[in-house]
Amino acid sequence: MLHTVNKSPFEKNSLETCFAHAKEGSAILLIEDGVYAAIQGSVFSDKVKQAMSTCTVYALEGDLKARGVAGKVIDGIQLVDYAGFVDLACQHDKVTAWL
Amino acid sequence: MKFAIQVNEGPYTHQASDTAYQFTKAALEKGHEVFRVFFYHDGVNNGTRLTTPPQDDRNVINRWAALAEQYNLDLVICVAAAQRRGIADADESKRNGKDADNIHPRFRISGLGQLIEAGIQSDRLVVFGD
Amino acid sequence: MSEEMMEGGGTIKKFCYINRKAPYGTVYALESLEVVLIGAAFEQDVSLVFVDDGVFQITKGQDTAGIEQKNFSPTYRALEMYDVEKLYVEREALEARGLSEEDLIVDVQVMSAAEIRDLLEEQDVVLSF
Repeated sequence: MLHTVNKSPFEKNSLETCFAHAKEGSAILLIEDGVYAAIQGSVFSDKVKQAMSTCTVYALEGDLKARGVAGKVIDGIQLVDYAGFVDLACQHDKVTAWL
Repeated sequence: MKFAIQVNEGPYTHQASDTAYQFTKAALEKGHEVFRVFFYHDGVNNGTRLTTPPQDDRNVINRWAALAEQYNLDLVICVAAAQRRGIADADESKRNGKDADNIHPRFRISGLGQLIEAGIQSDRLVVFGD
Repeated sequence: MSEEMMEGGGTIKKFCYINRKAPYGTVYALESLEVVLIGAAFEQDVSLVFVDDGVFQITKGQDTAGIEQKNFSPTYRALEMYDVEKLYVEREALEARGLSEEDLIVDVQVMSAAEIRDLLEEQDVVLSF
């Protein structure tokens, strides 16, 4: 399954709820304000890294760049564009949005 | 791959409609089919033709309409959500005794069943919201 | 084959509605319920999942007179008549809010987050509200 998270973890619990419901082997894509979770050295970095031990975490590059955080991304988070987002949606059997 | 897209927020306040548009455009450019884009909740506000953003800003509504024109996309506004929020076509407007309509001609108003049908008919439903 | 099933080409898919938002403060809970009610006519395999603040949608004792909104919580009890009978509530979400099954207006199955995780994996279509 592909999970999308579009909320900053500093504002809403969507990311944590996603982590609690993402099965091993899932893909998690951070979009819109969700990309703030990709910042290295934040209070959420360890949780994101922990999720990365069982799931693959992606972030939308356009959203990172727009917010000026593209240079601060946790190692191992894979950057995708909208075409990459479409590919992820194709590769996984369904998409769940954590709004 | 056949996609269905659900947009739950209106233009400008949230990024949801922008992201949904970029996703839909990318999917179409890759040769995928988009069965339907369904606008729900405040997402129905994406269908008003009266939007007038500043000249240096994107026109979210016209952008959807242009994509629909190019790829013959089915842009559906939920009737129940639209009635609450004052989005109407000529028929709806007349039926409800209103003095005007505001829907963009590339959008159409229909029932919630269209969302369920899109979920049934497509391979993937992708939801964009807040 | 019924007419409703014909509309969907005879396919029966597993539809899951994830409810994560409280009622009244925003319209998502009410309009999600409207999708469930309309969707019931399509005779799909429907599940409703309540996590996070979504559990507040189905708590007892809601009285909306003071805010001039419709109290739609009794509608959850009517879902059974629409053959929508799979209601799942996350235990962790209830406990975090000091709630238990007795506080809920409708019969549900309480599940752990891990069980809900497995339930989501089985679905064909996930609608998020």
